[in-house]
Amino acid sequence: MNPNTRSKTASEIITGMFRKQIFIPIAALLILAIFNLIVDPSFFKVTLGQNNNGDPILSGNIISIIDYGSELAILAIGMTLVTAASRGQDISVGAAIAISGSVVLRVLCGTNSRPDELQAPIIVAFLVSCIVAMSFGAFNGVLVSIFKIQPMVATLILFTAGRSIAAWINNNELPVVKDDVFPVFGGYIPGVPIPTPFFIAILCFIITWLVLKFTNLKLYVQSVGINEQTSRLNGLNPAFIKFITYVILGLCVAVAGFIKVSRLQTINYSVVAKDIEMDAILAVALGGNSLSGGKFNIPSSILGAYVIQFLTTTLYKFEVQADALPAYKAVVVIALVILSAPIVREKIGQTFKKLRSPAQAESNG
Amino acid sequence: MPQNILTADKKHRKLLGGLSDTNLLMTITIIVFILMYLFAIIGLGAGFQKPQTFFNILNANAALIILSSGMTLVMITGGIDISVGGMAALVCMSSAVYLDMHGGSVIGALLISLGIGLAFGLIQGFLVAYLDIQPFIVTLAGMFFARGMTTIVNTNPFNVQNEAFVKLKETRIIIPGLGSYNKRGEYIDAYIEIGVVVALIVVAALFVFLKWTKTGRNFYAVGGNRQSALMLGVNVKRTTFLAYLMCGILGGIGGFVYFMHVGSGSPTHASGAEMNAIASSIIGGTMLTGGVGNILGTLFGVLSLALIQNIVSSMGLDQPWWTGITNASMLCIFLVVQSIIIARRKKVNLSGEKPKEEGAKK
Repeated sequence: MNPNTRSKTASEIITGMFRKQIFIPIAALLILAIFNLIVDPSFFKVTLGQNNNGDPILSGNIISIIDYGSELAILAIGMTLVTAASRGQDISVGAAIAISGSVVLRVLCGTNSRPDELQAPIIVAFLVSCIVAMSFGAFNGVLVSIFKIQPMVATLILFTAGRSIAAWINNNELPVVKDDVFPVFGGYIPGVPIPTPFFIAILCFIITWLVLKFTNLKLYVQSVGINEQTSRLNGLNPAFIKFITYVILGLCVAVAGFIKVSRLQTINYSVVAKDIEMDAILAVALGGNSLSGGKFNIPSSILGAYVIQFLTTTLYKFEVQADALPAYKAVVVIALVILSAPIVREKIGQTFKKLRSPAQAESNG
Repeated sequence: MPQNILTADKKHRKLLGGLSDTNLLMTITIIVFILMYLFAIIGLGAGFQKPQTFFNILNANAALIILSSGMTLVMITGGIDISVGGMAALVCMSSAVYLDMHGGSVIGALLISLGIGLAFGLIQGFLVAYLDIQPFIVTLAGMFFARGMTTIVNTNPFNVQNEAFVKLKETRIIIPGLGSYNKRGEYIDAYIEIGVVVALIVVAALFVFLKWTKTGRNFYAVGGNRQSALMLGVNVKRTTFLAYLMCGILGGIGGFVYFMHVGSGSPTHASGAEMNAIASSIIGGTMLTGGVGNILGTLFGVLSLALIQNIVSSMGLDQPWWTGITNASMLCIFLVVQSIIIARRKKVNLSGEKPKEEGAKK
């Protein structure tokens, strides 16, 4: 062991903790939790009840956070990779969710919009929606990596057209799935009181963790994000790596879209996953990842996603309308980006130094 | 191989005379617009032959012309502003609420609109120019903020009943000599709305501003190359700030013109306007990379986009989703064309600079 580690003072440990990336979402979570605890402690109440089928389920604000935050967490995984590699965000995720959800319903229901039994196995519907979502991801990826269009402008195309395409896939009808197994993915497994989306999110996280551990993806993505020229000179193919991150995001979108339609067993094209792109970007920013690319931390983003859901639930509790939520979140985003802007950081650092230097001078003297 | 590209480029240059990038892209757009209109007149007949059809396109898109002009200014400096649609919705809703629920005057509503635009411009401009935050993040937050605020101001859509405003809304400027006879043989005058006049004044003013004022030329310098603009003594930060400020104010004006056209407040107003504004600017020859652009091109960009929608709907594809899909595919095509032009120019520049080295390698 390094002898220096033992002589660390308490203040050094604290500053070290501050520098850890995951500190930011944890701090935000704590602030929100304490705020709720002061305003209304019953926010954290969890009750065990029964659903219509007589299976035990847990309910309460915390459960709804880990339930509804799961799609966001899954999206945050892909969004973090995209942000890190291409120095921009994909703003078409909400529209892409509408498309993949629409595809799931189309495959399950066939041409009849209200069939009594499924027209295809669920797994087939899921795989088809994966392929569709990944090809839309690939479309974005090609625009960004080969045609070198800024990510947000390139994804603006799908952002506008996405919901129209989703409506077009089902001929503007709203199919309803009648099945016992399908709602499980967005609801509860019989006998398990914790919502299924949470398990799916954990599964996605484990897969991502394994991929990042056993492949060079993390290294490559970070090097492309930090300096594209240098990584090209080192023999990487930046265009391909950017492309891959968009395809991965497509896969995340498919999973999230599948959960979304499984919750309701139907879809509303103009409302499903509305404003989720904002939440996903917020999750990445709140996870302490730079929005201009480079280093990233997936667990931090996932935690960020659940914090965003915590914020949403808290706002709902204050009877804020769903359509008005973006206004509050926009303020949070602006506050976050202002705090993380290099110029502001420099200024803050200087003020801290000024505050600290007289004290140091005293102690030295 | 590089020699081929060089010679090809020379021929290309000769063919198109001394047109610069700005004018080349704009000329293409204008030619495409005229060809499309001819196609519509010949192929689809009746409706498109009446001058009023053209004036209706203008009437419906006056607000979009103003919003796109603001977008063009920002895009020339190398930035982007996607909050214009949300801003327009917020302006509509605030003016509507002020006029109907607080018994306000039209002048007051206009001042509120300008105030909202000014506030957005100031804040977004400050964040982008002086704090160096990515314009996309700032204006995306601006867009969501504006949309959210619109719902907070009032949730339900409603029509404005205020008498003075309704009078203003229904004022029509008759254009003599271009009217047409309807089925009963009655003569109907051709007309435009006040918003069109405002839009044309804005376009003319910005054209003069960009072409003949020092500040206007600075916009191009900043967008073309920040570093060299800085070295030439251009105040880069102030110029960027000014671009966002002007875009914000134009957003306010555009919002009010939109309000005069629709005469109601609704959270879903001007949805997708930011996309249309960006698409119009790009179609009109403004480069996303900055430094290249022309207000007149933007005007024709808006008109082309509107004309395509009219053609698509008169060809029988009038399901609601076709608008979104055609707009997006237009944007996609023009973006790809632009990026190919940029890539080609880079290649030509490279091979033009070092032809010997390349030759030696072969």
